[in-house]
Amino acid sequence: MADDDVSTLEAARPEEDAVASVPQRRPRGNRNRDTRRTQSRVIAGGSGIGGLIAKIVLLGLLDAIAVWAVFVMAGLSMWIPISIVVVITGAINWIYLGRGKRLPAKYLTPGVIFLLVFQVFVVLYSGYIAFTNYSDGHNGSKADAIASISANGLKRIPNSPAYPVNIVERGSQLYLLTTDPKDGAALLGTTGHPLEVVKNATFDGDKAVKAPGYRTLNLSEVLTRQDEVTSLSVPVSSDPNKGALRTDDASTAYVFKSDLIYSQKDDTFTNASGTVFVDNGHGEFATKDGSKALSPGWKIDVGFANFARAFTDPQLAGPLWRVILWTFAFAILSVLTTFGLGLFLAMVLNHPKLRGKKVYRVLVILPYAFPAFLSGLVWAGLMNPEFGFINQVLFGGAQIPWLTDPWLARFSVTFVNLWLGYPYMFLVCTGALQSLPEEVDEAARVDGASPWRVFRSIKLPLLLVSVAPLLIASFAFNFNNFNVIYMLTRGWPRFTDTTLDIGSTDLLITMVYKIAFGQGGVRDYGLASALSILIFILVAVISIIAFRRTKALEEIN
Amino acid sequence: MSAAGSVTEGTTVGADAATQAPSGPSGGRAPASASSSRSPRRAGFRFGRWFGETGWRHLVAIVMVVFAVFPLLYVLSASLNPAGSLVGSNDLFQTVNVQNYIALFQNPDQPFGLWFVNTLVIGTVTAVATVFLGALAAYAFSRMRFSGRRIGLLSLMLIQMFPQFLAVVAIFLLLSALGDVFPVLGLGSQLGLIMVYLGGALGVNTYLMYGFFNTVPMSIDEAAKIDGASHAQIFFGIILRLVAPILAVVGLLSFIATTGEYVIASIVLTDPNTQTLAVGLYLFVSQQFSNNWSIFSAGAVLAALPVMVVFLLLQKYIVGGLTAGSVK
Repeated sequence: MADDDVSTLEAARPEEDAVASVPQRRPRGNRNRDTRRTQSRVIAGGSGIGGLIAKIVLLGLLDAIAVWAVFVMAGLSMWIPISIVVVITGAINWIYLGRGKRLPAKYLTPGVIFLLVFQVFVVLYSGYIAFTNYSDGHNGSKADAIASISANGLKRIPNSPAYPVNIVERGSQLYLLTTDPKDGAALLGTTGHPLEVVKNATFDGDKAVKAPGYRTLNLSEVLTRQDEVTSLSVPVSSDPNKGALRTDDASTAYVFKSDLIYSQKDDTFTNASGTVFVDNGHGEFATKDGSKALSPGWKIDVGFANFARAFTDPQLAGPLWRVILWTFAFAILSVLTTFGLGLFLAMVLNHPKLRGKKVYRVLVILPYAFPAFLSGLVWAGLMNPEFGFINQVLFGGAQIPWLTDPWLARFSVTFVNLWLGYPYMFLVCTGALQSLPEEVDEAARVDGASPWRVFRSIKLPLLLVSVAPLLIASFAFNFNNFNVIYMLTRGWPRFTDTTLDIGSTDLLITMVYKIAFGQGGVRDYGLASALSILIFILVAVISIIAFRRTKALEEIN
Repeated sequence: MSAAGSVTEGTTVGADAATQAPSGPSGGRAPASASSSRSPRRAGFRFGRWFGETGWRHLVAIVMVVFAVFPLLYVLSASLNPAGSLVGSNDLFQTVNVQNYIALFQNPDQPFGLWFVNTLVIGTVTAVATVFLGALAAYAFSRMRFSGRRIGLLSLMLIQMFPQFLAVVAIFLLLSALGDVFPVLGLGSQLGLIMVYLGGALGVNTYLMYGFFNTVPMSIDEAAKIDGASHAQIFFGIILRLVAPILAVVGLLSFIATTGEYVIASIVLTDPNTQTLAVGLYLFVSQQFSNNWSIFSAGAVLAALPVMVVFLLLQKYIVGGLTAGSVK
C-alpha cells in the first residue's frame, strides 16, 4: 500500500529534484497558508540550490579526474581500462544530470560502483588470473621480458667510448643527461626510456649540464642517492642489442651490453658461448632440451593447468587434500563447539531468579570485544611450549607441544576459536531463547514432558529455525577464518612431505595467502587464484545446499 | 523518534525485559515458581533447592567468566611486567610498571603511535563512508520501487557471501596497475586500501539498514513531501536522524572489522609508517616472539582498549544489530 503511494507521489512531481520549483499546481486555498507554504518552498529551494552546486562541483571534479586518467592511460596504451572509465563516467553523469526515473540509481550508484570494482570485478579478475601463469617471474608481457633479459647480465664493452654525464631529476625520477662523444648532441634518458636528443640544453664547454624542465643534482645529492644513480641503466636506443649506459661515479658513463643477443627474426636469445634459447611455449625462453631457462618469463594463458597442477603435482596434491579436509573439519567443529557452548551458556544464564546475570553477561562476552587478530597472538604466547603460561604454570613446567604437534595444534586452534566465537553464539541464542513463545513450553510441561525433552523436542527446533541461517554464515566465516590460524600457528607445523610452506593447521585461505605472498619461494598468483576460485565454489555450493535445507526446516514448523 | 526508539528495543536482546519467561532445563522443576518468580521470596531457604535452581548456574557462570577473562588479564599483567620476555610474564601482577608503555612509543622501527593513528583514520573513514553508502542504498531499496529492486537485493545477499579477501591476489594486481595511473591509489596507499574496503560497503550492511528503514513509517516521508521537501531533504534531514541507532551499529561493526583486518592490509601497506596495528603488531611480534612479549602486550592493551570500551558502551545496540537477522 505505502509503496503505491510513493510511486504516485513521484509521478505527480516529475521535477523531483529540480531546484526551486515555485508552487503552481496547488489548488487555491487559504491565502495565509499559501504564503506560508511558499515561504517553506523557498527555503527548501534555497538548500536545493546548495545541493545543485554541490552536485555540479562533484560531477565536475569527477569528470576532470576521469579526463586526466584517460590522458595518463592513453600514454600507457591501456585501451580497455580507458573504455571502462569512459563508460562509468558517462553513466554517472547521465544518472545525476537526469530526473525522475533515475532517482533510485542516484542513491544506489556510489555504493554499487565500489561494489562492482572492488568486489565483483576482482572476483572475475581472480577467475582470469587462475587461468594464467601469473607469478613472480611471469608478470609482464613478452616484450617486457625481452627488454629485461637484455638488460640483465650487462657487461662493459672493452672499447666503449666514455660518455660525460650529469644526473638530473624530474619528479622523483633520476635521468642521465649526457653528451654524444661523436657529434656532441645532448642526450637524455633513464632506465626503460632510451636516450633521446634534448633541445636547448645548456653546455659547459663540450658537456651538457642542464636541460630545460630538469633539475641538475649537485655532488652531495648524488652521494646520498648513490644507489639510485648506479642502478640507472639507460638503453642507448630502442634496440635492446645496442646496449645501455651505466655510470659508477656520476661523471662518466660507458656502454654496457648484454652477453645475450636477441634475434627478432628467429625470436631467440643467443649467449656468448653460442647456446640458443627459444620461446618454449610456457612463457619462457629456454634451451631446446629444457635444461636452462632465462628469467624473467612473461604471462601467458595456461588453461586449466593451475587446477590440474593443484591436484596432480606430488608436492601439492597430497597436502592440498589434507588442507581441504581440515578446512571442512575446522569449520564444522567451530560451528558445533561455539554454538554448543553459546547455547548452553545462554540457557544457564537465562533464568529469572539468577542474580548478577547482567554482570555475568558482560564478562562472558568480553572475548568478542577483543580484536581477533590480537587474540590469536595472545594465545600463541599463552600456549608457547617452553615459556607459555599454560605449560609453565598450569601444567607445572611440562613441555606440551600445543602448537607444534600436528594434532595438538589442530586442537589448540579449535579451542582458541571456541574462546573467540562462543560469545557471538551466546548473544544470538539469548536473543532467540527470549523470543520463544512461552505457551508451547508450558503446554508441554503440563503434558508431563521432562525439561530435557522440552528442550530437545520443542526449544531446540524452534531455536534452530531462527538461528540456522546464522549457523550457515558462521560456517562460511570459519571456512575462511584467516586471523585465528595465521596469528596462532601460521598454518604450522609444516608438512614433512612437501617443500612448500603448507602445514597441519592451514586452511585453504591461509594456503592461498602463503602461495601468493609467502616469504621465500615463488609467489605464484595463478595457482593462488585457482585455489581461491576453488574456495568460492565450495562455499557457494555448501551455502546453497544449506539454505535450501533450512527453508525446508522453516516450512515444517 | 518514538518509532525508532521502540524498534531498538524490539531488536535488542532486552536483557531485563524478557527474563520473565521461565526457561532453561531446570526451570520446569517447580511450575509454581514460574508465577512467583517476580518477587524473590526467600521463605524456607534450603541450600539443596537453591543449588538445584540457581546455584549451579553461578558455578557455571564463574567458570566461564574465568575462561573468558583470564587471557585478557594475562595480557594486562604482561604489559605491566618490566621483565620484558614471555617467560617473565608468568607471574601475574607481581610487579607493576609502565615502562613497556613508554618503550612502545620510542622505537622508530616500530612506530606504534603512527600505527595507532593510521588504524583510527582508516577505520573511521571506512566506517563513515560505509554507513553513508549503505544508507543511500538502503533508502533506495526501502522507499522506492523500481525494476531490478528484488534482483538487486538478492544479488547483494549473494555477493556478500564471498569475503573480499579471497580475491586478495586480484586486489593486489588491480592496485599495482592502478598505481601506474594514480600513484595515490596504488600499492602502499591508505586511500587505496580504504577504497578496497568500500567495495564491501553494501551487502550485509545494506540488509541491516534496509530492515531498519522499513520500520520508519512512510507517512513521515509523505508529510514532508507535502510540505515541499525534496527526496534529498527527506533523506538527509529526516530519515537519517530517525535511523541513527542502526547507523551507529553498522558504523561500529564496520570500524571493528576494518581495524582488525589483516589480509588485505598486509599486502597493500608495505611501509611500516603507513601500516595499521594489525599488520604492524603481527610483524613486530613474529620477529622476536618471546623477547618482545611485554612490549607487544602493552601494544595489545592499547589497541584493544578503545574498541572494547566502545563495544561495552554500545553493547545493547550491537547485540540488537547482530540478532536482528535471527530474531523476528
